Amino acid sequence: MEDAWIKFGQTVICGILLGGMYSLIAIGMTLIMGVMKIVNLAHGALVMVGMYVVYICATNYGIDPYIGMFIAMPVLFFLGCLIQKYMINRLVEVDSILPENQVLLTVGIMLVLTEGIRLFFKSDYRSVVTSYSSDTLYIGAMSISVPLVIGFIIAMAFTFLLHMFLTKSDLGKSIRATAQDRDAAIFMGVNSSKITMITFGLGAALAAAGGSLLLPLFYLFPDVGHLFTAKSFIITILGGLGSTWGAAIGGLVIGLSESLGATYISMGYKDVVGLVMFILVLLFLPGGIRSLVKR
Amino acid sequence: MLNKNTLMTIVFALVAVALPVIIKAPYQQHILILVIIWATIGTAWNLLSGYAGQVSFGHAAFFGVGAYSAGLLTLHYGLSPWWGLALGPVMAMLIALPIGAIAFRLRGPYFALATLALGEIFRLMFLNMTGFTNGAKGILIMPAITSKIAYYYIGLGILAATLLVTYLIVHSKIGYYLVSIREDQDAATSLGIPTTFYKNLALLPSALFTGLAGAFYMNYVTFIDPDIVFNLTDISIMVILVVMLGGVATTWGPTIGAALYIIMGELFRTTLGSANVLVFGVLVCLIIMFLPNGIAGELDIIKRITQRKKAGLSGGV
Amino acid sequence: MGILEARGITKRFGGLTAVNELSFAVDKGEIFGIIGPNGSGKTTVFNMISRFFPITAGEIYFNDRRIDALPAHEICKIGIGRTFQVVKPLRRMTVQENVMAGAFLRTRNISKARRKAKEIINFCNLDDYRSRAAMGLPIPLRKRLEIARALATEPVLLLLDETCAGLNPKESEAAIDLIRRIRDTGVTIIIIEHIMKVMMGISDRILAINFGKEIAMGKPQEVANHPEVIKAYLGEAYA
Repeated sequence: MEDAWIKFGQTVICGILLGGMYSLIAIGMTLIMGVMKIVNLAHGALVMVGMYVVYICATNYGIDPYIGMFIAMPVLFFLGCLIQKYMINRLVEVDSILPENQVLLTVGIMLVLTEGIRLFFKSDYRSVVTSYSSDTLYIGAMSISVPLVIGFIIAMAFTFLLHMFLTKSDLGKSIRATAQDRDAAIFMGVNSSKITMITFGLGAALAAAGGSLLLPLFYLFPDVGHLFTAKSFIITILGGLGSTWGAAIGGLVIGLSESLGATYISMGYKDVVGLVMFILVLLFLPGGIRSLVKR
Repeated sequence: MLNKNTLMTIVFALVAVALPVIIKAPYQQHILILVIIWATIGTAWNLLSGYAGQVSFGHAAFFGVGAYSAGLLTLHYGLSPWWGLALGPVMAMLIALPIGAIAFRLRGPYFALATLALGEIFRLMFLNMTGFTNGAKGILIMPAITSKIAYYYIGLGILAATLLVTYLIVHSKIGYYLVSIREDQDAATSLGIPTTFYKNLALLPSALFTGLAGAFYMNYVTFIDPDIVFNLTDISIMVILVVMLGGVATTWGPTIGAALYIIMGELFRTTLGSANVLVFGVLVCLIIMFLPNGIAGELDIIKRITQRKKAGLSGGV
Repeated sequence: MGILEARGITKRFGGLTAVNELSFAVDKGEIFGIIGPNGSGKTTVFNMISRFFPITAGEIYFNDRRIDALPAHEICKIGIGRTFQVVKPLRRMTVQENVMAGAFLRTRNISKARRKAKEIINFCNLDDYRSRAAMGLPIPLRKRLEIARALATEPVLLLLDETCAGLNPKESEAAIDLIRRIRDTGVTIIIIEHIMKVMMGISDRILAINFGKEIAMGKPQEVANHPEVIKAYLGEAYA
């Protein structure tokens, strides 16, 4: 009995901590989807590229992953801006039968990023080992991994900072205005192509941040991005498109349900749980968690 | 006008029938068979997504179920996998019904995401139901036929049937209704079109022929596992790329796209080594940015514009 | 006898009541106008009749048959056609194909649908544009195409949503002429228009609404001079 409760408590805490980092990645996606109304299937690949940047910093220059993160973020910001400006933005002028062509373009970008990385690093599984990688923290009888705790704290700090940026700064306000009503925002003098570019950059930087925090916990390989794309999608839809806090809470929910699913159902079916939840939310709660709060 | 089209079809058909006689190398014949399989899936996808505008990111579900229908018949009942050609399409249509019931409640990108998730659910289910499906170990069968030429002609028959049925649907009232739904669902409803019913009319044949292609694939390749036949990138997304490259909502687009895609893929693979997928990805980006309606699609548009100009001139005089 | 009758129809969106217990009856063969300032609930009334969303309360009868629970596509089938305020052309289809899409409601045969479409295109003076893609047409022609497409479904009752909005006087004149000719073929018409002047000349009777409620009803002259209508349109000071 005692053991069962410890196992449960540990599962819940790990789930929430992990979820906090997922949130950060998903917030990046929800920003992009909210402002540009596009489905970005390259998001996980951006996470992956960010992780490789941190990996290079750590293995080649001995930079601690939590510091390498502040190198990965500007690099990805820049990459995101380039992708938006020279690729995605071009599709606005293109007249296609299926508007889903922009989704496909992000697939193409995903392929290029993934395969570009594979060309240099092969498909090998890599990991960054630090002195504290395997340290654990004890809360009563429950053991919690230290990188999980650090990652969660940093992720929450970033979420808070982003919230301040979006609500208090002029640039942040313009981003929110564009997300709410693009035409009105343009009418009010917002430079929409600049805003979309910065938003995509910001989304990519957040993806990199989340990836860096997860690096001590996950194996790194070029295809790892798919995992994060799928997760951030589920979280984004769950939280309500374009909602920062929705994504933050959605991340925790997914982290928790995944952790519970892995402990109590089976590793194999835990992804099915997430996907089924995703479809149920699409059907019955189209506005996500946010719509519940609004009511 | 009609004669020109018929003539082109006949020429195409003759070339297709004659190809394996001209191309004798087994490797090259293998490429041709792959082209046929992809052309079939592409044509089937095109009906639902190109004409009716319901962009499916989950066609691997139909392909995989078709392939597994054939494989499981052999695995569990010792029947010839060729019976899969009958069972596969039926099973694919059976799973299409609940998939449609769920996904057709959603529009646009949400429809796409729902089909993506449903396709992934099927992959994971087949991966995890190890007792029934062999899980990740997959299914290996002994081929009854080894002649590539035989496979080629069977595949060609399947493709011809797919093209014919699709053509007939598209050029009937149903086709007009499907395109109307794609262009504006509200307008379609206001014209008395029961949109969900017609979307299902596009989905069912689309699933049928994709399932058929899957069953044929099992017979030809002789080995499947869930990560091959239910693969999101290599099947579901690839079929979209094939059709986009060839031409969305055109009769021959998917076939042209399949030919280019497979041949290009093989060329890249043999000449570029490990960089081949990278180059392919770059190409995908370029195609979407500069040929958004595919090769056949752009030709169509160019034709329409020039015709309009001619019509305008004669009208003016 | 009324061809269409609305009894106390109400539509609420969350806390907002867009149409509030509105009742009216439309006679066979007349042109029935609905006027009101922007946001007064005119288009909502159309969407309620054509079942684009469920109504909150009330009943709608068409030829004495209750229709407020039918699925949206059935509404057209029983003979109620409509156009949209923001036109919804089938962009990549030609004018001919657009109209054929409507004609297929009554036939499965392609050449019959084509013939029917030709007739209607001719009736609507769109012959010159028959093989043009709808997306290339200027707004006045798109509005006319919208009417042609609805006509192809052989409606008994036609709902026209702001057909003259955004047209210059000459184009407006042509549109009014077309509407009159449609009426002369025996089709009953309900027309929404923001512009009073257009409505005055064309309508047999007018219903004026504001905030989803009836403020006046009757012959065009009566409605135009009704103090409530003047107030709604011009503000308190003019009443």
